[in-house]
Amino acid sequence: MQEIDVVRNNLQIDPHLTIWRWEIPLYLFLGGVAAGIMILWPLLRMRQGENRSSRWERWLPFAAPIAISIGMLALFLDLAHREYVFRFYLAFRPTSPMSWGAWILVAIYPATLLLGLSGLTTEEVVAVNAWRPVRALRLDRLVTWARGVADAHRVGLYWTNIVLGIGLGAYTGLLLGTLAARPAWNSIILAPLFLVSGISTGAAFMMLFPVGEDGHHQLRRWDVAAIVTEVVFVFLFLLSLGASGGSRGAEAVHLFLGGRFTAVFWTLVVAVGLATPLALEVIESRRNLRPTLLAPVLILVGGLALRWILVLAGQVV
Amino acid sequence: MTMDTRLCVGCQACVLACKAENALPEKGYRDWVVSETRGEFPTLVQENRSERCNHCDDPPCVSACPTGASHVAEGGAVLVTHYKCSGCKACIAACPYNARYVHSEGYVDKCTFCLHRVQRGEKPGCVDICPTSALRFGDLSDPGSDVSKALRSRKYKVLKPELGLKPNLYFLL
Repeated sequence: MQEIDVVRNNLQIDPHLTIWRWEIPLYLFLGGVAAGIMILWPLLRMRQGENRSSRWERWLPFAAPIAISIGMLALFLDLAHREYVFRFYLAFRPTSPMSWGAWILVAIYPATLLLGLSGLTTEEVVAVNAWRPVRALRLDRLVTWARGVADAHRVGLYWTNIVLGIGLGAYTGLLLGTLAARPAWNSIILAPLFLVSGISTGAAFMMLFPVGEDGHHQLRRWDVAAIVTEVVFVFLFLLSLGASGGSRGAEAVHLFLGGRFTAVFWTLVVAVGLATPLALEVIESRRNLRPTLLAPVLILVGGLALRWILVLAGQVV
Repeated sequence: MTMDTRLCVGCQACVLACKAENALPEKGYRDWVVSETRGEFPTLVQENRSERCNHCDDPPCVSACPTGASHVAEGGAVLVTHYKCSGCKACIAACPYNARYVHSEGYVDKCTFCLHRVQRGEKPGCVDICPTSALRFGDLSDPGSDVSKALRSRKYKVLKPELGLKPNLYFLL
């Protein structure tokens, strides 16, 4: 028998940690989607060649900086000392995943914008230059110059985006996974888990748009592989929590196997977010059916649920 | 710092002294008292502990801080520079002792070992007020200090030793 009694009531700490709410899972989700786009779009381009793309597909890379901007706004709202946000950019702390993330986010803007410009047709670049904000800020010469740079270093730009995308996707997992103090987060598996989940949600996001039959087929094949890998990592994640030893690890596993988050985790993440869309995609491809938006939407819901549940779960034990 | 679990009666004077000394906001505590009861009735054992930041030699909060606000000051105390803290709460998530909280002014706050008092040659607020002298503060690198002597002569433990953070708050058993 053991009873522990603490008389303390610290805001956001007692009775259990509640420091990170909706802002962090939303950001982790959007970061994952952006990472997926940054990895898959260049791969799709290299696979398909430059000339066989649809209009929607050409504009898709610009979704990455938009997603990151919304995510960074969420991060900003989460800060308790917002007027000191600039402090992130007056230091680089190699031991802090959050510091790495802050700097990766800055590098993502030029990389994804150049990636987007590289994919546009000449007429579309003219259209960008004619867009009122670009005209008002006299950015047309910059845009034309950037387009030239992007054209000249196309392959390098593709690989820069792929590497940055992997960094972004993995860091969103490392952010939680390196925290030894919290047993439900403390697993290095979170990095590859969030990375493949990001690739899957990125593919799902791209499949929401008419990217052409070829593009859709290719994305679906990659997505099936990502989902299967993700299932393995979910399994390994639960195992690694249990294997971390002691009552703390057991308590963390219990959250997902019998405890508080069991129902939402297995329905929203596993059934809705992984099993159902995987079955749909396999059936669509085997039977050559016309793809619907259902599978991508379910994947996006599952990806958001995964991050939401994990962020909450880590703060309970 | 050493904390004698045999002397502590759990009166919480240390908590109030800290609150007054450091003018802490509502729902902000830098130290707290834990009462742990173990065993089978009727042979129960109760242990009272006055807990606070452990000022670890290997502090995970400092590693997690993206701005350098959390740092190890000269002498080993773990401190937060208010004007560098963005309130991202990475350090709160990283601390296994839950010793940090968000101050009502936005920055993250924690025990400073009352460095402002120590530098004047006084003891920390909690140590000064302790009516049973359960709390002692001193230099562990000086073999002649009270705390060094206590650790040589008594059995002791630290909290969550399995994390390997080298905490500097010793509980005398």
